[in-house]
Amino acid sequence: MADPIRTAALTLNAGGEDRIRALDLTLSATGTTVIMGPNGAGKSLLLRLLHRLIAPTSGTIHSTGRQAMVFQRPVMLRRSVEANLLFALRRGPYAQDAANKCREVLTGIGLNTRAKQPARSLSGGEQQRLALARALSLGPEILFLDEPTASLDPTATLAIEKTVQRAADANTKIILVTHDQGQARRLADEIIFLHNGQLCEHTLAAEFFDAPTSPQARAYLAGQLVL
Amino acid sequence: MHEFTEAFRLAFALVLAGDADLIEIVGLSLRVSLTAIAVACFIGLPLGAWLAIARFKGRGAVLVVVNALMGLPPVVVGLLVYLSLSRAGPLGSFGLLYTPTAMIIAQTILIAPIIAALSRQVIEDLHAEYDEQFRSMGLSRREAIAALLWDGRTALITVALAGFGRAIAEVGAVIIVGGNIDHLTRVMTTAIALETSKGDLPLALALGLILLVIALTVNALAMSLRRKSHSFAHG
Ligand SMILES: Nc1ncnc2c1ncn2[C@@H]1O[C@H](COP(=O)(O)OP(=O)(O)OP(=O)(O)O)[C@@H](O)[C@H]1O
Ligand SMILES: [Mg+2]
Repeated sequence: MADPIRTAALTLNAGGEDRIRALDLTLSATGTTVIMGPNGAGKSLLLRLLHRLIAPTSGTIHSTGRQAMVFQRPVMLRRSVEANLLFALRRGPYAQDAANKCREVLTGIGLNTRAKQPARSLSGGEQQRLALARALSLGPEILFLDEPTASLDPTATLAIEKTVQRAADANTKIILVTHDQGQARRLADEIIFLHNGQLCEHTLAAEFFDAPTSPQARAYLAGQLVL
Repeated sequence: MHEFTEAFRLAFALVLAGDADLIEIVGLSLRVSLTAIAVACFIGLPLGAWLAIARFKGRGAVLVVVNALMGLPPVVVGLLVYLSLSRAGPLGSFGLLYTPTAMIIAQTILIAPIIAALSRQVIEDLHAEYDEQFRSMGLSRREAIAALLWDGRTALITVALAGFGRAIAEVGAVIIVGGNIDHLTRVMTTAIALETSKGDLPLALALGLILLVIALTVNALAMSLRRKSHSFAHG
């Protein structure tokens, strides 16, 4: 099990403005943390910082363990579906048995008949499923997900949620960004609400939806524009 | 006019009969240019990929130079290689002047910058798309370059074909460092130049026809590859 993730005074300046402002966070080592907030709040930037794809302007991040990330727009290699998956499998804990594991995973996500097809010819939802399977095949202890169901139909969304929940049950730490309140209710143990790069709220999921304390979160949940 | 059609008739006859001189010349042309393109890719592809990914001071200047080298005039390359390989030159002791090896060296110098500059562009675009995914997966720079070269393979083969097209059609460099010696360093382009000036039009025309066919084949290959890569990229 990974250590808890901690940040102290985490700040990121991009394009001359502070996009993440002095965040002090401690995320439990297991369970699902959902990050919410309006467009441009800094959710994707925060994920990138935590995953160490970008360096903070100031402040510190403490996180250990194997990590993987599913991006807001899935990046498919110009290879077959199968080759995309094998590329990750060979780098993870299933490297020894990659070929068998690959068949198993493809069957699990319903893409076994499409194994030889170019991955970029899959539909958006299929690409998201493949991207999630690819991230999981790295055997992450922390999994970052940036709106993994943003353009998916309800069935595909539930399929992804089931996979995420299974990973969480197997003690993978999940950090998920979503605008889907239903999804947040279904998956979240705790909620982080960001606005303008600032932490407005960090509470247990039940408390957040029943009685949000910050005016920004209240307005967001009520479907009002937060400015 | 009659002379002209007669020359064409003889040229076709030469090609169809598989004339021994003709085959020897075509064979040497292919050997020299294919070797040159192989060596140029071996140098140019990793260099291009590295230039696409690396960020260092003076990178902009290096890119300008590499791009400018794409337009190197063959005769200038020929002259520089001649000076280095001639008896008094720094590499004179190897005795390579007027050998196929000298021709390969000259053509490699001519096309390696083309391979490097064009592949740099291909890889840079791919890299912009893949970078975060690769860093997320913890790929080392070497692994990333290998994966980028593989994923850009169809575009990169097109780049190699462009280099080969330039090499096989080039005359200025090989005539200076090869000398157009019969049975030794005579290739299609130098033979065409010589036979035309000697007035042996059928052989010149026959070689010209073969050269055209090679150019057409290379272009057709490049085009079908491009179509294939498009379908792989977008479905
Ligand atoms: N490289 C950059 N340079 C300048 N500004 C940037 C850069 N990257 C992001 N930003 C800005 O930072 C802000 C936060 O971006 P971010 O992508 O984190 O938003 P988000 O909360 O994920 O929004 P969404 O819900 O739309 O995905 C945005 O206003 C964005 O324009
Ligand atoms: Mg985002």
